[in-house]
Amino acid sequence: MKKIMYILLFICAGVAAFAQSPKGKYGTFVLTNATIETVTKGTIANGTVIISNGKITYVGAATTAPQGAEVIDCKGKWIYPGFIDGGTNLGLSEVGSDQRTRDLNEIGEVIPQMQALTAVNPNSVLIPVTRVNGVTTVLTAPVGGMFPGTAALINLHGYTPDQMYVNFKGVVVNFPSTGRRGGFDRRTDDEIKTASEKAMKKLNEVFDRAIQYHKLDSATKSKGVEYYPEMEAMLGVVRGERAILLEVNAAKDILEALKWIKERKLKNVVLTGCREGWRVAADLAKAGFPVITGPVLALPSRDYDRYDKAYANPGLMKKAGVKVALRTSETENVRNLLFNAGFAAAYGMGREEALKAVTIVPAEIFGVSDKLGSIEVGKMANIVVSDGDPFETKTNIVHVFIDGWQIPMVSRHTQLYDEFLKREPGVNKSQK
Amino acid sequence: MKKFIIIACLLIAVSGMAQQVERGTVLIKNGTVLTITQGVKENTDVLIKDGKISQIGKNLAAPAGAKVIDATGYHVMPGIIDAHSHLALDAVNEATTPVSAMVWEGDDLDPLDVGMYRAVAGGVTISHAMHGSANAIGGQCQTIKHRYGTVDPKVLMMEGAPRTIKFALGENPTRVHGNNGAGIVPNTRMGVEFVIRQAFSEGKEYMESWNKYNASKNQKGFRGAPPRYDLRMETIAAILRGEIIIHCHSYRADEIYMLLKVCKDFGIKRLVFQHVNEGFKVAPELAAQGAMASVFADWWAYKFEVYYSTAYNAAILTRNGVVTSINSDDAELTRHLYHEAAKTQKYGGLTDEEALSLITINPAKQLGIENRVGSLEPGKDGDVVIFKGHPLSVYAIPMYTVIDGVVKFDREKDADDQRLYVDPKQTIDITDAVFEETLSHDHDECMKNAEFLLNVKFADKNR
Repeated sequence: MKKIMYILLFICAGVAAFAQSPKGKYGTFVLTNATIETVTKGTIANGTVIISNGKITYVGAATTAPQGAEVIDCKGKWIYPGFIDGGTNLGLSEVGSDQRTRDLNEIGEVIPQMQALTAVNPNSVLIPVTRVNGVTTVLTAPVGGMFPGTAALINLHGYTPDQMYVNFKGVVVNFPSTGRRGGFDRRTDDEIKTASEKAMKKLNEVFDRAIQYHKLDSATKSKGVEYYPEMEAMLGVVRGERAILLEVNAAKDILEALKWIKERKLKNVVLTGCREGWRVAADLAKAGFPVITGPVLALPSRDYDRYDKAYANPGLMKKAGVKVALRTSETENVRNLLFNAGFAAAYGMGREEALKAVTIVPAEIFGVSDKLGSIEVGKMANIVVSDGDPFETKTNIVHVFIDGWQIPMVSRHTQLYDEFLKREPGVNKSQK
Repeated sequence: MKKFIIIACLLIAVSGMAQQVERGTVLIKNGTVLTITQGVKENTDVLIKDGKISQIGKNLAAPAGAKVIDATGYHVMPGIIDAHSHLALDAVNEATTPVSAMVWEGDDLDPLDVGMYRAVAGGVTISHAMHGSANAIGGQCQTIKHRYGTVDPKVLMMEGAPRTIKFALGENPTRVHGNNGAGIVPNTRMGVEFVIRQAFSEGKEYMESWNKYNASKNQKGFRGAPPRYDLRMETIAAILRGEIIIHCHSYRADEIYMLLKVCKDFGIKRLVFQHVNEGFKVAPELAAQGAMASVFADWWAYKFEVYYSTAYNAAILTRNGVVTSINSDDAELTRHLYHEAAKTQKYGGLTDEEALSLITINPAKQLGIENRVGSLEPGKDGDVVIFKGHPLSVYAIPMYTVIDGVVKFDREKDADDQRLYVDPKQTIDITDAVFEETLSHDHDECMKNAEFLLNVKFADKNR
């Protein structure tokens, strides 16, 4: 009888443990027998990666493990650096159509002081869904008017925004559009011209004012300036310390933007979008600014363009000599980043460059390549283990480490699968 | 005068010909043939004669005048079928009444929609051109073949395809018609059930009164007048008689279960649920009643109704015995349905054949055209797509798409600039898409033409 009681207790305890969400685990992990694609230093067969104190402490052929380490046999598995999405709204919006859950679009045309990082919800259900598919780090950006706010780079693990933050912020600027925006745009040519001139004037006014503010601030050592949050947020931009994430898409607008950057003598600029980058790829390459483009799985921007132009765009820009990183521009389906990379690879970019475009290239663009983007000793332990080519659709990600934490491989999607694959009760409640 | 008559006759002959469907003869040599229903056949030829598959085998001879495609190293599969699309439609929603069964998408087909060509370039040969989801009982839909290149809307219609109709449950009909919209029933899921039961009941009465009239009108001494003709009720009666397949926009398990019960009560058997994000929660009930499901591979969380959903939906439904398809509801997504189908291997481990069935034979069953298309078998339509790489690989590239034996897409010959007449000096600054939409969540077109009824901004409209 006592024995039965113990068994019952044991079962109850098991059920209770199952009902809780599993936690991340910190420690020393030794991943052995894997094929390691380091991204920056070639591929290692039958290799070992050791993770300790949040860092990668060893990459090579060793077979012995430090004492107390947890050894994970990765035979037949592949190891990659955590994948980086160069542009998302993850954490800022929970249910797309419900304004009450959307914190990505503040009111105002010039509000660079609005901080995406502030509004990141670390407990968003969308985050585990994303990271179990291998995306460990994303740029999350506000949307809206000309200066909608400041984007931030975050790791997809942590209980406060600060625990997630990875040392990069950029001021988002939507470059004025000069063309007609499709059939719905009923403005006359003159109206379009006037509107774009007005917008350019506004853009320049903001920058002129920011330069003035910077001069005052410098001359008075920050003591002579009144509270002016927009300009304060622009200080870093004017001083070249903070990147401008310049969103621009149509070919003509890209050329205008390049001219404007040159006139303004701006250096710390990242071009984002560049949906028609392939049309002006040589100009982009010559200007030398990096590009974050995507989604790759998109329609061509014009009716008469070849059907696969969006798939081919990253490869065409890369071939012309542009530094290209990829983004999904997604929220709930940032997990499809690797499929975007797969399509870019198939349509001209090639697998090697596509792999870089979701690892080391975004790390370099965001100035965090000392921490992220490759499997190298000393880097932050953002590591993904897969059972095949991670771009292939059917490949499963089997382990994820973020900042040294072993991530539980569960999400709402896996939990619902476990509950409903064989639902109990089935059709008939009284008999299973 | 004689000359005039000859010209007139010629004109009539030409216009008569213009309505004819073009059917071709093509021999696809030496490919890996994924038949879907009869396994995989290596180094095999597929011969399409006058638009129909005539033979599948080795070393087939090309008939005189046949086009020959060398498919060595390529994969050959049946044309992909999209069971939920709004391509080639001039209008999507007749959002002015909760029951709009009298309208039909066949009346507003646009053969010039370039989206159709792009779908063909993704291997999609047939789509289900659907009415939107604004009404509890929406308009009738039309199954179309992507015979891009015609200017005649009638040529697009798949001859012999059964009639279908769109229904919609949940948020879309309630916000279009309820307190936040037109201010009439339905405002809740209770109201949606009532609207459908009421329409079915009235349709039943209508049908019975006509049956009674038709049975007695020729009897001696009969003096009654015929019942009033009502196109809306004619359609409902046809649903009750099993002549029209219901395709119902739905998300939540409870609303899916509701329509199962309503259809059971009225003896309606041909029922397909669309989107059906929570279908996995009532998979045993769907299977028990023989209802089918057409789902997204992984779309979720874009609205509250799909917050509690899972990318494993298709796999759970399949494993529970529900005939399931993967659809697009979107002009972009439809171009890579083969990739969407492959996601069910990641999310739920479906086999190659199960995954490919989701975009071929299963949607064919849902549209009632499985005896015509959806697999490679002699006698079926010559709708074929040829891939470089396996279609379930992320690196797969559709190389040729053949419809009725006519090559509609050839990647090698596809022009970089699709304009008929290109003036190199001309600068065009019109871009097709509003770029800001890149960052919104309005992927599909299910609520097109209904925005005016909603007290929300354009940017907040959703499916």
